[in-house]
This record gives sequence, C-alpha cells and structure tokens, in this order.
Amino acid sequence: MMVRALFLILMCLIPAWALAQNGPLRIEITEGVIEPLPVAIPDLVLEGGAAGDLGQRIARVVAEDLTGTGLFREIPSSAFISQVSDFAAPVQYADWKAINAQALVAGAVSVNGDQISVKFRLYDVFSGAELGEGLQLAGTTDGWRRIAHKMADVVYSRITGETGYFDSRVVFVSETGPKDSRRKRLAVMDYDGANVQYLTGSEDIVLAPRFSVAGDRVLYTSYETGFPRIYVLDVGSVQRRVLESQQGTMSFAPRFAPNGQTVVYSLTQGANTDIWAMNVASGQSQRLTSTPAIETAPSFSPDGGQIVFESDRSGTQQLYVMPAGGGEARRISFGEGRYGTPVWSPRGDLIAFTKQSKGRFHIGVMRTDGSEERLLTASFLDEGPTWSPNGRVIMFARETQGAAGRSTLYSVDITGRNLRPVRTPDGGSDPSWGPLQR
Amino acid sequence: MKLKSSIMMICAALSVAACTNPARFGGADGATDPLANSGGVVPGSASDPASPAYFQQAVGDRVLFAVDQSTLTPEGRATLDGQAVWLLQNADFTAVIEGHADEQGTREYNLALGARRADAARAYLVGQGVQSSRLQVVSFGKERPIEVCSEEACYAKNRRAVTVLAGGLTS
Repeated sequence: MMVRALFLILMCLIPAWALAQNGPLRIEITEGVIEPLPVAIPDLVLEGGAAGDLGQRIARVVAEDLTGTGLFREIPSSAFISQVSDFAAPVQYADWKAINAQALVAGAVSVNGDQISVKFRLYDVFSGAELGEGLQLAGTTDGWRRIAHKMADVVYSRITGETGYFDSRVVFVSETGPKDSRRKRLAVMDYDGANVQYLTGSEDIVLAPRFSVAGDRVLYTSYETGFPRIYVLDVGSVQRRVLESQQGTMSFAPRFAPNGQTVVYSLTQGANTDIWAMNVASGQSQRLTSTPAIETAPSFSPDGGQIVFESDRSGTQQLYVMPAGGGEARRISFGEGRYGTPVWSPRGDLIAFTKQSKGRFHIGVMRTDGSEERLLTASFLDEGPTWSPNGRVIMFARETQGAAGRSTLYSVDITGRNLRPVRTPDGGSDPSWGPLQR
Repeated sequence: MKLKSSIMMICAALSVAACTNPARFGGADGATDPLANSGGVVPGSASDPASPAYFQQAVGDRVLFAVDQSTLTPEGRATLDGQAVWLLQNADFTAVIEGHADEQGTREYNLALGARRADAARAYLVGQGVQSSRLQVVSFGKERPIEVCSEEACYAKNRRAVTVLAGGLTS
C-alpha cells in the first residue's frame, strides 16, 4: 500500500504589463450556448530543467478539458501567426485577433528534480487585456495532469463564472468479461478517465461505490461474504471495514449524508426492503421507511435536511422525498414510466434520475418538486447518474444490447448537449463523482 | 494572495483477501456428496436420488417469474413441492435460495426484486414443512444472468429463484 502526496501551490503572479480587468469575455452557460468560444492554447514555454514534452502535454490536457465541455473550440496551432516563445514578452493581440482567438491561454513550465512549476495567464484577445491575474502552480512532476486540470478549472471559471470540475476524481466499478461472467472491480480515476487505480480485486461482485462529500471515504457493496454487505473504504489508507452485517439480511445502496457521519442505505429482511440510516461512528441504525414496498436508492439533499429515494409503494417505481429523519414522504414523479436511482444535485436545485419508459432507459433531471422534467439521454440501458461537483454535468453508465453487451461510462450536460464517452481502459458502471480537489 | 494546500491522491496497491464464497454463480456445481447408499446407482450422480445432482436435474432447482413479479406460478409451486419433499427426505442439507432479475431494471431495484423472489420460494418451502433454519436467501439482482441475449427468451430464464444446496450437515 502506498499513498502519494502532491503539493500544489497556487499563487498569483504580479501582473506583468496590463492591469487585470474583467473584459467582455464571458460565456453564460444558462443561456444555452450554441457557438463554442474559440480559444488558443499554445504549448507551454519551457523555462528550465528537464521538462521534456511536458509543455505540450499540459497544453493538450487543458485543451481537452475545455473543449470537452462543448463550450470551447480550440484553434489549431497550425493556424497560429504568433508563437509564444517567451512567457514574459508582451502578447501580440493583433496576431491572435487575426485568427479569431477570443481567448489565449499562455503558460510556461519548469522542472527541478521531481518538482514542477507552471505559470500561466489568460488573455481576453478582443479586449487586449488579461482576464484575471497570472497564476503559478507547483507540485510533483508525476502530478502534472492535476496542474493542467487546475489551469483549465481557472480558465473555465473566469470565463463562465461557474466553479470548474476538471481537478476531480470519480470512483466507479470497472467491468471486464462477458455478461454471464463479468468481473467487477472498484476503481478510481481522474474525471477524464486517466490515472485509473483499482481499489479491490475482482474475486467478488462489487456494486455502486459512493464518495463522501469530502472525497475522503467511499461506501460500496460487496458480496465477499456471499451476501451483499456495505463496506466503507478510507481513500487515503485504503483500509476498509464492513459497516452493516446483520445476519439474515442484505444491505446495499449506501450513501453518505453531507456531514459524513450518517449513512443511508437499503436493508432487506425477507421480501421487504426499507431505508435505514446509520451513524458511522456508533454503528447505531434507525429505520426511516416501513412500508412493505421496495424502498431503495436514497440520496441526501446538499443541506442534509431531506432524502430523495425510490419506492414501488404505488405499484411502480417512483421518486419520493422525505425528511432526513424519516416520516411522511411526498411523491414527486408522476410522468409515464418508472423512475429510479434519484440523486440530488450539489446545487440543491435538481434531482437526476433513471427513467424506464416504453422499453427504453433515460437519464433525466427534474426540479425537487418534480416539475420541469427533462430527459437528457435515451438508449437500450442508461443508468445511475452522478453529478459533477459544479452541478453542470452528469456522468452515468450505458450498457449496450445483446450477448456482446458492454457497459461504458458517459457524460452529458444538464442541457442534454455534449453526450460523450469517458475514456476508461475497460468497461465501467456505477460512477460516483467526487469533489473538486484542493 | 497566496493559497497553499496539500492533497492526498490515491495510489492503490491493495490486496484483497480471498474469500470463500459458496454461491456466487447461478447453478450449483453438483459437488459430489458422499451419501453412499448405493443400489446400482453411482453415489453422487444424477441417478442417485439423494444427490445434489439429482435435486438439480430431476427435482428441478429453479423456479421462474413473470416480468417484475415475485408471485409463484403453478409450475413454480409444483417444482417447489418437489424440492420440499426432497429436502424433508435429505435432512442433512441446507440451502441458499438465490433470487435473480433480468437486465430490464435499475441495479438497486433488481436487488430488492430478486430478494422478493428468493423469499417467495423460501416461504413456500417453509409452508411445506422445511425448517426455516435450513434456508437462507440472497439476491443477485441482475448481476448474474445465465442467458445473455437481450430478448424475452433469455430474460424469462434469468428471472429466477435457484435453490442451491449447501452441503450436508453431517457426514
């Protein structure tokens, strides 16, 4: 077992020649962007040490992050008139304006031993000024992708006014093999599918890992005893322990409360599945629902006050909201079809869900009172949404049809645009998106 | 402005303890049982009425369900009648009843649905006199299909409760 530490220092550079000011460079995401903003991202200037091709690799990751949102379009370097060969030299705005670059991300990288340092500035080309101050990022060289993601988060945030989500990790189930002997392993990756690390072996079925809000722990379900049981895994030490192990029961579908101290989950006794809450420290549990129906997939509101869950108490799977301590539940889904796996958005305004209707599966969102339902995807089998830390993007799993069916992670904007697969080395399911890292 | 913080990244080289897991896959493996009560039959083979293989093949180890249902069908009850008779005659055996669902459904719901199916079979066997202490239930939801096509012909076989014998208590 080993833990790698990465130290990042984020500091402002002294503005070089132009006062930082807020120009008109701005994307309002909520206004339904159709035309992506053209951005130039030249390779970072090498300023010392054995940086190799890191300047190029960092620029590529920044470009993939930004263009991956669907909000930006990269201008290829073959179109460049100016080259950025000196980070300290004034920017030739006219040259960038001529190729219609509205934003320019220019940076420099230096390497000293296993330490890397990156400086960068964001320019609003048409205003002829910097957008925000220059920043410096430092860390270990093997953490260069995180530095690139942090750069992209800054650019995204300054131009959209929203928090970024690129420097984040996703825990998921890595899947290999055919449907009738599929091997599942718990894994964690960067949000873009890079740096996959496995947290369990594939001896036992593992299901539905869920990050804590702080990203320090993961809840998941494993069949290692032959019966589904909930485990909690500490991400730093990779130590794990069983959380719920009442004899003669099954427990699954766990999720942390925002405070990280309570876990809600499903407990099956005989034919009946109800929702329970447990205090992680004391192990004391409390039953929150008590109908003979199937009640499962609980998810807390970000303020911790309410729980959204699914129940078939009406005869089919539908979504309900109840107080975090249990009590009367209010049905919020009334459309045609079946609704499951609800997840409250980190902003608190929307609930994402899986919907089955007319033999198709959809990922959708609705307001927390069930109004304004919108379906974002449609396929043979889409399932298990999870929210990006800023609540703009949803990741989910898509399983293809037939004997050769395979499960792949996808992401989609909450606008329904920009559906794209996540590049994981193997198949994947049950993603849970962690917080923006610090 | 200065912002400084440290980050722990996960680098997981982790060993997972191997575990015994007696009932991971759908069907029993027909492990031989040393109930040597021969009489022309090969002990442990499907022609030995006291063998798990006989239970699996001649009695029938599974019952099937309609879409999104956990109600036993007449055929299912007939199969369970046979299972109950066999279990009462072969009191050394315990069993784990595995509930399964087809792939048309969300993961969590299917786990709960599989539990309903397994429990329906368990309750029926108990009603026929099998001691409840001999029976355990588990659901695999849609995690362990035996048929892999995405058509009703396959789905029908995957919506099942399988009684998996778990070795003799003695001998």
